[in-house]
Amino acid sequence: MNIVVVGLSHKTASVDIREKVAFAPNHMDKPLRELVALPDLTEAVIVSTCNRVEIYATTHDVAGGMARLKRFLADYHAISLETLEPHLYSHHGEAAIRHVFRVASSLDSMVVGEPQILGQIKTAYGYAAEFRSSGIILNRFLHKAFSVAKRVRTETRIASSAVSVSFAAVELAKKIFGDLTDKTVMLIGAGEMCELAAKHFLNSGVRGVMVTNRTYERAVRLAEEFGGRPVNFEDFIDQLHKADIILSSTGATHFIIGHKDVEEVIRRRKLKPMFFIDIAVPRDIDPKVNDVENVYLYDMDDLQGVVATNLEQRGKEAEKAEQIIDQEIGQFFKWLSSLEVTPTIVALRSRFEEIRRAELEKTLAGWKELSPDAQKRLEACTAAIVNKLLHPPTSLLKKTGQGGRTDLYVDALRQLFELQTEATEEEELGELEE
Amino acid sequence: MNALLFYITLGLYSVATVAYLAYLLKPRPILGRAAHWLISSGFLIHAGFTVVRYVEAGHTPITNLHESLSFFSLAIVGVFIAFERKYHVFILGPFVTPLALLLMIGSSLYPSAIPLLPPALMSNWLFVHSSLAFVSYATFAVAFGAAIMYLIQEHFLKRKRLGSLYQKLPSLDVLDEINYRCLTFGFPLLTVAIITGAIWAETAWGTYWSWDPKETWSLITWFIYAALLHGRLTTGWRGRKAAILAIIGFCILLFTFLGVNLLPSESQHSYQRLLGGM
Repeated sequence: MNIVVVGLSHKTASVDIREKVAFAPNHMDKPLRELVALPDLTEAVIVSTCNRVEIYATTHDVAGGMARLKRFLADYHAISLETLEPHLYSHHGEAAIRHVFRVASSLDSMVVGEPQILGQIKTAYGYAAEFRSSGIILNRFLHKAFSVAKRVRTETRIASSAVSVSFAAVELAKKIFGDLTDKTVMLIGAGEMCELAAKHFLNSGVRGVMVTNRTYERAVRLAEEFGGRPVNFEDFIDQLHKADIILSSTGATHFIIGHKDVEEVIRRRKLKPMFFIDIAVPRDIDPKVNDVENVYLYDMDDLQGVVATNLEQRGKEAEKAEQIIDQEIGQFFKWLSSLEVTPTIVALRSRFEEIRRAELEKTLAGWKELSPDAQKRLEACTAAIVNKLLHPPTSLLKKTGQGGRTDLYVDALRQLFELQTEATEEEELGELEE
Repeated sequence: MNALLFYITLGLYSVATVAYLAYLLKPRPILGRAAHWLISSGFLIHAGFTVVRYVEAGHTPITNLHESLSFFSLAIVGVFIAFERKYHVFILGPFVTPLALLLMIGSSLYPSAIPLLPPALMSNWLFVHSSLAFVSYATFAVAFGAAIMYLIQEHFLKRKRLGSLYQKLPSLDVLDEINYRCLTFGFPLLTVAIITGAIWAETAWGTYWSWDPKETWSLITWFIYAALLHGRLTTGWRGRKAAILAIIGFCILLFTFLGVNLLPSESQHSYQRLLGGM
């Protein structure tokens, strides 16, 4: 039994392709049932996120199975296979296992280490379990992937640092203030980035939000959105002392907060620390503000610098993660290959037995004068020959089943003795390629 | 037997300090727990040593440098363990335990013979006055460690150099909070220590205050910490200013404790004098 993966991700396909092949989360039963109804495919899981669409499946027939999965992706979404094919990747065997372990551990993510992907795969597995499209192999496989991801998370620091500017700002605030729950954020101006950062701060539990804007109506509207309080732009400096964290992104061409302003504000606050985040370009806050005691000012460049350092650190941690995955692949592969051993031995035995029977019958048919006793002896003799011939490969397989590269032997035996009907596989391949 | 306890303590403190420094390099929780366990068992044995010594000498064992350095170390470790438990910051260890270890090493360098105390000084005041003083010193030592951490962390945040040490150090808020707690705990103890000292001086020497160097420097130390506490409560001397004052305060405190012995003028608190005119 082989594990195969067919899919596309942000690395191989642009968003306009990805959205075409995405599966709607509420209707997973249909594609999953169709998948397992395909010939030769026994189990299937569909992972569909905004960055990747992948099918994990098990099959006896690697090439045919992968071809069928590709065709399925195209047909199901009514796209021609020619358009889709260049964006698809497919893996089988060890490469497939490595791929899924890496995806689950967030090593293949757009932002390496981002935590969502594991949850998304768990959801995907949930659907497969619900609609019974996953069985013994994929169940075990995905649980292994989850535990590998967990190991990567706890043993490396891959996800411990912020890699977006707005998260970096929240992390910095936590290093200054510790707990954010009794802190107040003031938003000066508006803009996507500013609002995103404000949302992150709210999620981290800040107590209050103040919003100011040159257009007061806009301030009122934003304040409503964040459950905060609007402040007149004319006297926001007078209110500054009430804020611990200040997020500024106005379109002003000169500094709107100066060194002197902050010195006065900090005195009013009895030196309680303040954190200024200036994400405006050109800048809103005089850089000298950073020199005021207990005041910390980070502008866009500083934050991006923090993010770059964190990313570099993640790169180092990712190497450790790859090592963990290497170890785990070995373990899982042993288990998977052990599943192969028994059916291969059975197939090998029945193949030999079949030949023996056929030849024996042919011989006996033209040898009527042989006594029943001699016939029995002949029977026993041929059986002994077959047993003696099969003994070494059988015991070797059983031994390697406990470790080592069983797959190589299994594969060799299957090809040498034509244990699987290779003909149909090639036929189907030819058919699909037409 | 007693010397054995002393060296077991010294050994445990050394291993604990190494574990804490290793934790600074590789902050694995298991290292932190191991270090905490080591320092805690060291503390218990150290306390045992001190009690045995008390029983042998018949008075609180702080009458020569061997005893005093050891007692100071004991107090620092005790206060440190309390703060570590309260704030769950193993990372405080590498900044405080080396000090305790150094004091123990210093103690081991001085003769451990039990000194004969002049009868005038044999009094319960010895225990009250000196243990209060040492516990207050110890809280200021922890404040000193936290203040150094604060300045390092503040430097990283201001200069925007956010390396791995930045990641490991706690937030400025926690460090400032430790500084404040130490101050509110240590200052009243120091005050009471000075008052009880004055009362004891009156009973032993017939005068409350004789301006001997130890007394003068204690008063200077007291004023530094009083200024810090006052500034904190009224004009909000927190963060950087508080950290710097905690460091200055502790340096003067160390001088009060050790340096006064080096001054040319004779002090009634000098350990030589305590030994009865050696």
